[in-house]
Parts: sequence; structure tokens; C-alpha cells
Amino acid sequence: MAAEEIDVAYVAQLATIRLTDEEARLFQRQLPVILAYVDKLRCLDVSGIEPTSHGHPVYNVLREDVPEPGLDPERVLANAPARLRDTFKVPRIVES
Amino acid sequence: MKQTYRVSIGLEIHVQLKTRTKLFCGCATSFGVPPNTCVCPVCLGYPGAMPVMNREAVRLTLVSGLMLGCSINTYSTFDRKSYFYPDMPKNYQITQYDKPLCLDGIIDIPMTDGGRKPIRLIRIHLEEDVAKSMHESSWSGVDFNRAGTPLMEIVTHPDLTSADEAAAFLTALRHILLYIGVSACNLEEGNMRCDVNVSLRPPGQDALGTKVELKNMNTISGAHDALQYEIARQSEVLDAGGRIVQETRRWDVDSGVTIHMRSKEDAHDYRYFAEPDLLPIVTPPDQIDALRRSLPELPAVRRERLARQYGIPDYDASVLAADRALADFFEAVAQRCGTGKTASNWIMTDVLRLVAAHETPVTACALTPEALVELIGMVEARTINALTAKELLEEAFLSGGSPTEQVRARGLAQVSDSGALDGWVDAVVQANPKSVADWKAGKQAAAGFLIGQVMKLSKGKADPKVVGRLVGERLAQQNG
Amino acid sequence: MELESLTVRTAIDGLRKRQFSSVELTRAVLDAITARDGVIGAYLWVDEADALKQAASADAARAGGADALLLGVPLAIKDILNVEGQPCTCASKILAGYRAPYDATVIARLREAGAVFAGRTNLDEFAMGSTTENSAIQLTRNPAALDRVPGGSSGGSAAAVAGGMALAALGTDTGGSIRQPASFCGCVGLKPSYGRVSRYGLVAFASSLDQIGPMTQTVEDAALLLGVMAGRDPHDATTLDRAVPNYAAALGGDLKGLRLGLPKEYFVAGLDPEVAQRVQEAVESCRRCGAEIVEVSLPHTEYAVATYYILASAEASANLARFDGVRYGHRSAVAAGTPLEMYLNTRAEGFGREVKRRIILGTYVLSSGYYDAYYTHAQRVRTLIRRDFESAFMQCDALLTPVSPDPAYLIGATAEDPLKAYLIDIFTVTANLAGICGLSVPCGTTPAGLPVGLQVLAPAFDEGTLLRIGHVYEQVREVRS
Repeated sequence: MAAEEIDVAYVAQLATIRLTDEEARLFQRQLPVILAYVDKLRCLDVSGIEPTSHGHPVYNVLREDVPEPGLDPERVLANAPARLRDTFKVPRIVES
Repeated sequence: MKQTYRVSIGLEIHVQLKTRTKLFCGCATSFGVPPNTCVCPVCLGYPGAMPVMNREAVRLTLVSGLMLGCSINTYSTFDRKSYFYPDMPKNYQITQYDKPLCLDGIIDIPMTDGGRKPIRLIRIHLEEDVAKSMHESSWSGVDFNRAGTPLMEIVTHPDLTSADEAAAFLTALRHILLYIGVSACNLEEGNMRCDVNVSLRPPGQDALGTKVELKNMNTISGAHDALQYEIARQSEVLDAGGRIVQETRRWDVDSGVTIHMRSKEDAHDYRYFAEPDLLPIVTPPDQIDALRRSLPELPAVRRERLARQYGIPDYDASVLAADRALADFFEAVAQRCGTGKTASNWIMTDVLRLVAAHETPVTACALTPEALVELIGMVEARTINALTAKELLEEAFLSGGSPTEQVRARGLAQVSDSGALDGWVDAVVQANPKSVADWKAGKQAAAGFLIGQVMKLSKGKADPKVVGRLVGERLAQQNG
Repeated sequence: MELESLTVRTAIDGLRKRQFSSVELTRAVLDAITARDGVIGAYLWVDEADALKQAASADAARAGGADALLLGVPLAIKDILNVEGQPCTCASKILAGYRAPYDATVIARLREAGAVFAGRTNLDEFAMGSTTENSAIQLTRNPAALDRVPGGSSGGSAAAVAGGMALAALGTDTGGSIRQPASFCGCVGLKPSYGRVSRYGLVAFASSLDQIGPMTQTVEDAALLLGVMAGRDPHDATTLDRAVPNYAAALGGDLKGLRLGLPKEYFVAGLDPEVAQRVQEAVESCRRCGAEIVEVSLPHTEYAVATYYILASAEASANLARFDGVRYGHRSAVAAGTPLEMYLNTRAEGFGREVKRRIILGTYVLSSGYYDAYYTHAQRVRTLIRRDFESAFMQCDALLTPVSPDPAYLIGATAEDPLKAYLIDIFTVTANLAGICGLSVPCGTTPAGLPVGLQVLAPAFDEGTLLRIGHVYEQVREVRS
């Protein structure tokens, strides 16, 4: 699991970001350096340590099932880069 | 030489929960409203918006889990599942990965031999639904009204071995979910959707064969037909010495075939990680117990109890138990009037006829158990006759009110004292000598005509049984 | 009287005494922006007419007897917080054209308290950076030294306050983005405890680390604003239901009875000697005010930056997935036959280099096969870092540290060496990882005139102690360099 394993082109595809050749080359050079740095964490023995995934260890924060007013549809669609009548227009979706 | 393969089918069923609002925001859950009218920053995935969990959605999932024999995870968490798709507002779905709300569970399905087969559940978790899109020429339009609707996903072990069993499972599941009222389970509205995976293996092989996932079955019969087709397709491939490729196939209803969608190589890397904006759900054992105590009886259990406790036929018990509200109504009536058989007869025939005729379920009609008990009592006491009772029942069904009051107010009590009836009988016999003559000549039907005339004269209030007896006596006198 | 340089406190008093109107005050701020911001570049967006309209209605409300705390006080808002009707670009091209249809909860609360939202300030794109140089829109200069960066990511807010173009501003802090620019520019910056202030309406960078806080000229102003902003919000499940004290009213007194810890890992080689000296002087001032100074240890400090960059980038990679050109913001004009093509083009055009770098890093550490080694491991180290602070706070009430190892950098000095840029955050990321609160208070300048900040760190939800220490120190601070 050495840091240099990172395949920037593949990860960019996962992230749905198209990189220019220059960006891909740059990141392919820089990210292994950053990953080599973060590898310093490996020397810490964390067995038996619970991971922290939230800011504070609280739980059961729920809301009641009570309707609240939403947004005015015209206002919502005003932000749409492209509209198809009352919907958000995108290039045709092919089922996948 | 064709051989018979062992089939293993697992299901993933998505069920829309019956909440008033979406899973993470106060937008109304809706069907059939204009596009993008039930949306807000949260369910549109706006920058800065944050999800907050709907308490009722969690409760309905836990209730479903308990009803289906699951164990409840006392510590349950939510995760982000990343993939890009225009119907996904945030391009990640909030779902549950390794700590779902419910684990394990069993659903019994009926077998053709009359027995029942247990199908094991792996898990039930809660997640958000995606948006809907419509397509035209080279564009699609996305409507986010459905985005964020609470979905409960139920995953089974590959315990099912035929298309029939899969259909039986889906039918049984749908009944249970409808019965406990967690979902409308309306397949046309997409309240219940299912993905299937199916694999074949030769007899004697323990390890499961390569599995194929099927998508896009919108009805139970669709799932059945898709499976039947897919099992036949895989059998043919294996018979010909071929190999099954791990893939996802789409059921095409129109052509009745499954079509390749994507292969395993295209499988997503979903990059699950804990949703930082939603906190864990902790359900301690005492809360689970309290929830368990509040559960309704399952239809199968109730069917047996109704038959045993009230002494009604199995058929009646199964019809009543299939509809929770109807069964509740029956029990209320049966307990008050003291006889289950009579209550069941009334409900199975007259009440259900009205339910069908007026397309009004028993929960929505105006008839109360008390009113039906009064009616039954008056018929048993012969205060009113069956005809009057049917009229009063329909009135109470449509407009409510007390039948006893109606009988009193409108003077509908039937007349059975011979003093009053004798006069009507005499009058009818005297006015219809031809009928009397016919009767004498052996035409039994003539007596019926005379009884009818007496009833008419009494404006329906005469007790038909007493009238019948009196007419018979008078004719016999004429004869003598 | 230079109205634009008033503190929030004096502005409140002046407005109440009818010494000036909100329109006059807001006009003064707008004039200062016109006069100075061409050089500084703190603001991304100002709508004079709208700001004056808000001010006029505040004046009308006051004439009608209203007296909300901030009635008529103009504030600058970091361009990452949704204000209804205003743009919210996050200094990114990908949000071009977006108009917020809703108020962030902090904005709603400040609006309720009468504040006027005068303009929106520059930042590193999506708050990713420590110099504001990662803004896709413009450069912001440090008002104290125009060839230097204002720090970041809330560099625009810091420069606006320090440059006399805002009475106070809001910033956001994921790994030091309020405290570090406050120290670079010479103003006060408060990062509240995680869960103290609602994040609803803050465009998320790293959801388990982000907080919104005030950037002000005085500690008292920070206390005033926090009092309005803080508290449980039903729209943010991670806000805690803890009482909000009257922070401003509790200020005063001295530091007697307080034990202040100096974490030895924060005073090490690599710390600029001038910065070290200013901080030591501040520590001495606190001692003279009655505080007991003790040395403590936060042994996992050296792992904080690595932990932070794994966790923050991972969360960011998902948080920024929603920018896809479907519902709002930029969409590529390049013809695309499929949604995926459209996404690829839109995100390639819309995101800047640092944002792309972090999304790729974050995607990688969450991807199949690497998740446990990077992400889960870092979450476990985060637990160790939290425990460091728990132990330290058993020995003392608060910690005193430098905010940044260096004073403000020359523009361009950290460009294109991402690792070097990340290491700048060494003293600030720990508070975010631990969920505690932190304050940056100016503690003098270097001989070159560059501001230096003293960082005060206190346990979660102990903003009261934090502000008390900062306020006492501020009163006795010797202006020296």
C-alpha cells in the first residue's frame, strides 16, 4: 500500500473530474509526496482505539414528521442552468 | 441432455415508507403533483443544506423489523454512498452500510403442498429515494419531488428456489407491510420496487453459482416472469456448456426478456463513509421491548386466533384477518353481541357488500361497531325484519347514527302480534279469491303471493314469519 | 468620527443614542470599500442599493420602537454562507450564477437581531487554503502589508475588518480558517466549539470539522456576535442543546484562579522567532493578570496535519460531488451527449486546482482497498488527538499557543508546494479535530510590522473562558513590536 500506488487518472474518474494532461502530471507527482507524508500515521498503534466520525459523541437527534413549507418552484428553477419546462434539463439519461 | 439446476434467488426490496414528510426535510411526500413543487434546499442537494432524520421513518423501519422477526441493532449509523447520477441531488445517497437498523428476520411463504417455508432476511435498512426523470429526444428532465422520500430496503438470503416462491414471498411481504400500515405498497406508484439476484448450480454442488442481478421489475408478476425467463436463459447457457457471466440485466416488460445492462467490471466503488451530519440511532433494549409490545398481531397469527376464539370458519377468519381494520371492527362487534358467528355473517355478507358497492373501506364509512350490534340485536329480537335491517345498515354505513333511534323515530318496528296481523290477513284473503282458489287447486306459489300482499299492506312492518303462519292457517280453514 | 472603524459595541451604542443612523453607518462602510478595496480586494460582492435599503428599514424599525441588539449594524459575510437573494460563490467558478434561495441559520439569527448584510468577502475556493490565493475570482492583499497574503481561508473577512472596511465579519474555520487570517491581519477571530453554532447554510467543506465564527476588532465584539449566533438549530442535528450564556456580559475581571497551559509541542523549532517572542510576551501578560502558567503536553500534535488532510479531503470529496451543473451554478457549454460527459466538463471547468487536488486525495483515501489504511486509521488517530486535549484540560483551564508558525507570507510564497502549504495549519487543525473552541487575539507585530496572533484554546462549549482570557489580555496588551 505504498503511496506511489495512486493512479491519479483512475481516481479522477471515480471523482468524476476530467483533468488536463498538465494537471494529471502535476497531481501524479504531488499526491505521492502528500501520501508519503500522511504515511507517518502508520507508525501509531491504534488497535483498540475507536474511530471518531462525528464532532461530538451524541446520538438520536431526530425531527418530528411534520411538514414545513418548501421552496417556490419558480425560484428553484431560476437557478437551473437549463430547464425543460418544470424540470431540470440534462443530456438524455441512458439507464445504467 | 438437459438437466435440472438448483436455483437460488435473493431479493432486495425497496419500500417507500408512509410518512408525511421526506426522510431528511419537511417537504411533503407526494405522488402525482406538478414537478419540483415538493422540494427544498435539503432534498435538492443545495449548497449548505443539511439532513435531519425523520423520527417516524426510523420508527416504521423498527416496527417492520420486529414484525418480520429481525433483531434490532441497538447502535445504528448512516453512511454516504457515492455515485454520480442526475437523479441523485448530492451525488451521494444517504443509506446504511455496516450498521443497519434491523438484522436477520424471517418471512414464511405458503407452499403448494399446503406447508410453509421460512425465507431468511439478511437486513433491513433505511435510505433516501432518488428523483424521477422523464426522457425526450436527446434530453431528460429531472423532477426532485420524489428525492428524499424514505425507503426501507429489505434484503433476503438466497433462500428462494423458484419464480413462484419469489412471487409468493413478495405477496406475503406486501400483505404484512400493508397490514401494519408502514407503506402503501402501491406498485404502480413505485411504493414497492424490487431487484433480484439469481444463480443456478448443478445438483450436488454446494457453492452458489455465478449470480446475475435483475432490475426494473415493477410488479410481482413482472418479477415472476423475469425470473422465469432468466432461469430458462441461464439453464440453456449451462446446458450448452457455457458459463454465466456476473452481470446486471434489465427486465424488458414489452418484449418479455432480460437485457444486459452492465458487467461486474463496471461495478461502482461507492466509497461508503459515515455521514457526519447525521448522528447514530441508539435503541436500548427497553425501548425495543416497548416497541415490541405495541406491535399489531400478524395476519397469520390473528387468523388462527379469530377462528379459535370466535368459532368462525377458517375462510371467514382469513378474510377478516387480512385487513387489520376489518378484523378490529369484527372483534369489536363480536365482543359486544356475544356471538362471533353472527357478527362474522353480517360483516362477511352485508358489510363487505356495502364496502364494495360504495368503494368505501370500513375505516372510512360511518358505520360503528355499536350500530351494527344494535341492528343485530333488533333482528335477533325480531323487533325488525331482515329487509328493514338491510336498509338501516346501508343508512348507517353512509350517514352514521343509531339504528335503534331510527326504528323508534320512524316506527319501523315490525308487527308480530296476531291481533293486528289477523285483520290484514283477512282483508287480503277476501280481496284475492282467485289466489285462494289457485292455492286450493294445488298452486303452492299462491300462498307466497298472499304473504307478499300482507307485507305490502303492513308497509313492510309485519313479521314475515308470523304472516306466513297466519296465512297458512287461514288457507287451511278455507280448505276445511 | 470614522464610522466605518467603529467596533460593533460602539456602533450599537451610537445607534441606540441616535448619534448616527444605520444608513449613515452603512454608507460609511460602503464608502470605505469604494475607497480602499480596489487595492485590498477583500470583497467579492457588494450591492450598495440593497445594503442601504436594509439599513433604511433598520432605521425605520428603530423609529418604530424596535431595539434588537444588532439593529442597523452592517456586517461582512464570507462568501460561503447562504444569504437569501445574494450570490454565494465560495470563490469558485462552479457556483457562478447561483442565487441563494434561503438564509443560513446564522444569517437568519443575525437578521432577526437586526444586522445589515453589506457585502460578501473573498476566500480560498471552498475554504481550501491558508492564504486566500486559491480564490478563483481575485487576489486579496493583507492591509498590514500589501505584498503579503491575508491568510485564509477567511482572508477577505480578515482583510475587511483589519482594513477598516467592515465593523465585523463572519468567517468559517475547518482547520484554522478564522484564526489564522485573523492573526495575519491583526484582528480577533473566534472558532466556536463544534456544535455551538449551526452549520445549516454554510457550504460544507468538511462537515465534521467546519464551524462558523465571528471576526472582529475586539474580543467583546466576538462575544456579542457569538451570543446571537450560538445555540441549537433544528436544521443542524450536530448542534448541541446547551444553554447560550450572555458571553459579552460575563467579560471583565482578571485571570486569577485560571491555569493556562503551554503545550510544549507548539513551541518548537520551525516556529518563527519573532512570533515565538510575541507569544511569550502575551503569556507573561496573562501571568501578570493572575493566571498560573503550566507546561502541558499534546503528544499527538505531530500527527494532526496528516490526520486533518485525510479526513477533511475525504469529507470534501463527497460534499463537493453535488456541484454537477444540474440544479444550479455553472454548466459547461461544451456539447455533451450524456450526463457524465456534462459532469466531467462542468467540474473540469468549474473547480480550481487546489479543489481538484483535495477531491482526488479524498476520493483516493475512501476508495476500495485504501479506506481502512487511510480513512479509518486517521479517524482513530483523531480519537487520540481528542484524548490529548481531554488530558491537557484536566491540568489547565485553557491553552495558550501561537496561531501560525509564521507571520503573513509573501504573495506566491507557498504556491505549488501543497505539502508546505498544508503544514502551515499545524497549530490550528487540532482544535477542529478535537471539536474544542479557539480564539486568535492580536499580540503585537514583528519588527517588519506584520501582525502576530495569540491562540487561546478551551474545552468544548467553554467559549466563556476563552473570551474572558482574550478580553483580559486585550485590555493589558502592550502595543509593541
